[in-house]
Amino acid sequence: MIDDRPILVFAYGNPSRGDDALGPTMYELLEEQQRQAGLLSDVALLTDFQLQIEHATDLQHRQRVVFIDASLTASPPYELDPVQPEQDISYTTHAMSPAAVLSVYQQIHRQPPPTTYMLSIRGYTFELGKPLCARARSHLQAAFEFLMKGQLLKFE
Amino acid sequence: MTDQLETAQHPEGLQRVVIEPLTRVEGHGKVTLLLDDDNHIKQARLHIVEFRGFEKFIQGRPYWELPVLVQRLCGICPVSHHLAAAKATDMLVGATQLTPAAEKIRRLMHYGQTLQSHALHFFHLCSPDLLFGFDDEIRHRNIVGVIEDHPEIAKQGVLLRKYGQEVIRVTAGKRVHGTGAIPGGVNKSISTDERQYLRKDIDQIIDWSQAAVELIKRIFTEQFDYHMAFATIDSNMMSMIGDDGAFDIYHGGLRAKAADGQMIFDHVDYTSYEQYLREGVKSWSYMKFPFIRSLGTWDGWYRVGPLARVNNCDFFTTPLAEQERKVFREIGQGRPVQASLAYHWARLIELLYCAEAIKDLLFDDDLLSDDLLVKGDMQACGIGVLEAPRGTLFHHYEIDADGLVEKANLIVSTTNNNQAMNESIRQVANHYLDGKQLTEPLLNQIEVAIRAYDPCLSCATHALGKMPLEVQLLNSEGDLLDRLLKRADGVIGIPEDRENNG
Repeated sequence: MIDDRPILVFAYGNPSRGDDALGPTMYELLEEQQRQAGLLSDVALLTDFQLQIEHATDLQHRQRVVFIDASLTASPPYELDPVQPEQDISYTTHAMSPAAVLSVYQQIHRQPPPTTYMLSIRGYTFELGKPLCARARSHLQAAFEFLMKGQLLKFE
Repeated sequence: MTDQLETAQHPEGLQRVVIEPLTRVEGHGKVTLLLDDDNHIKQARLHIVEFRGFEKFIQGRPYWELPVLVQRLCGICPVSHHLAAAKATDMLVGATQLTPAAEKIRRLMHYGQTLQSHALHFFHLCSPDLLFGFDDEIRHRNIVGVIEDHPEIAKQGVLLRKYGQEVIRVTAGKRVHGTGAIPGGVNKSISTDERQYLRKDIDQIIDWSQAAVELIKRIFTEQFDYHMAFATIDSNMMSMIGDDGAFDIYHGGLRAKAADGQMIFDHVDYTSYEQYLREGVKSWSYMKFPFIRSLGTWDGWYRVGPLARVNNCDFFTTPLAEQERKVFREIGQGRPVQASLAYHWARLIELLYCAEAIKDLLFDDDLLSDDLLVKGDMQACGIGVLEAPRGTLFHHYEIDADGLVEKANLIVSTTNNNQAMNESIRQVANHYLDGKQLTEPLLNQIEVAIRAYDPCLSCATHALGKMPLEVQLLNSEGDLLDRLLKRADGVIGIPEDRENNG
């Protein structure tokens, strides 16, 4: 039952909370590429509402990890940034930041985490029951094309 | 009594301190304190900044979608909403008695959810306060600090969480947005491979759960008098109970006991909850204030969640949890334990119960049965109630002839605890903050009291990084005297505009 493919895409957010659905919608788009086109065979796909401590265990045996989330501050359409383990507070909710998850990984496995990137897709509204707004949909498409055409999800 | 701190007589002449956001609490909430010029607390309130809207989200949707749809209300306990909605839809489709397989698979899912939720709360959110003290340096007082100083404890917390999530994945079909529970039953049984996969680690999970109970007992008793007194309030307590008085978080009647342990009501059919409970409103909060109808708004508020459940039940059906319940109840000396910090202790006894109950189910062959679904005559009203990790959760739906939801009423656990959380922060404000210069460790004590209840204030997820904590100091005229900003990384600094303006 262990999926140890070398690349992990972890897209997160609430599908029913406006542009917070950017992460899970990207998950669905990538899953469709796997299911229907047979692409992304080296990529394990995971989704959740938000990051939690146990997600550190999903990073094990990976060579590369890409977290995908909606962002209220990223430059549109998206930003790609490397993530380093950081002992930040992540204190505002029960959830954790990607940097904090890497830090947990490092502490419990006693080894450096895999190379990790954060793909932040610009969103605007996060109301319960609202769909993705038009601008967010456009940014999602741009980010999807970037992932499919680029090298990030290709295993060397 | 702290009731006099709910509303100050002359708020216009008082300083106002705002704690926003509340740290290590889910959602948008804030605490406001009104102080006079000598720092005496005159008013303390917990506000929910953004909360309702669930019912509107649900209205007009077909009933069969409800168990899946409502998971999106809350990124913290989606399985609780999933199962409460499934129980309500059981009633809608006339399924009065599920098959043994369906009920046991749902129970397994629920125990997995409760195990992982309690593990997160203790190891991630509260152990920093309890292990390091409420006034520990803020950059250390977090899960990373726990990992550094207590690596084995932290690792166990992570792996307990992981195990609970795996139970959910196996029973619900996937890790999130599962579809396992459906009106009248479940849509899949457990395979022998899946059962073996979960059996493999369960003894380790029970061992770690026992160790967690030992840890909280040690922490609690090391400063026994302090922990018994901090944020302690006398309250009624309500929870679900089995027909025989056993601890039960999936199904049963409602039991409420007074602060002295006297029974208020017992074995109440939860579909008649409106005859026993009412939801009050206050002008200053979006969240309602439920109370026991027979006692009225003033005396009828109550607490739910682990503290209420462990106090209220007559026994646990699993041996290790029952042994720990007896130890726990001894500190109450014949009365219900009222210490708010005892929530943590009770929560970990429940963690141990869930681990034991999961093991029992993993050796029950009913899990493998394909007899999963029952149906009856359609009903217009469906009410589902269970004990979510944070307390009693009510889902109430009424549907039209086409099966579309006309009316929905949800009372979530945190709403049940609304008045109690307010009472607890007033107790802390009165005893520990009154007359003192406010500092971050002192304000953290307010948050420690709230975190004991493990409130989930938003039942929704949001993007990170947008909620700095700003504390404002106003003079008696309401003029802004000073501001401090706590950024998302925990660093306390001067707001940029104040810096720029000199």
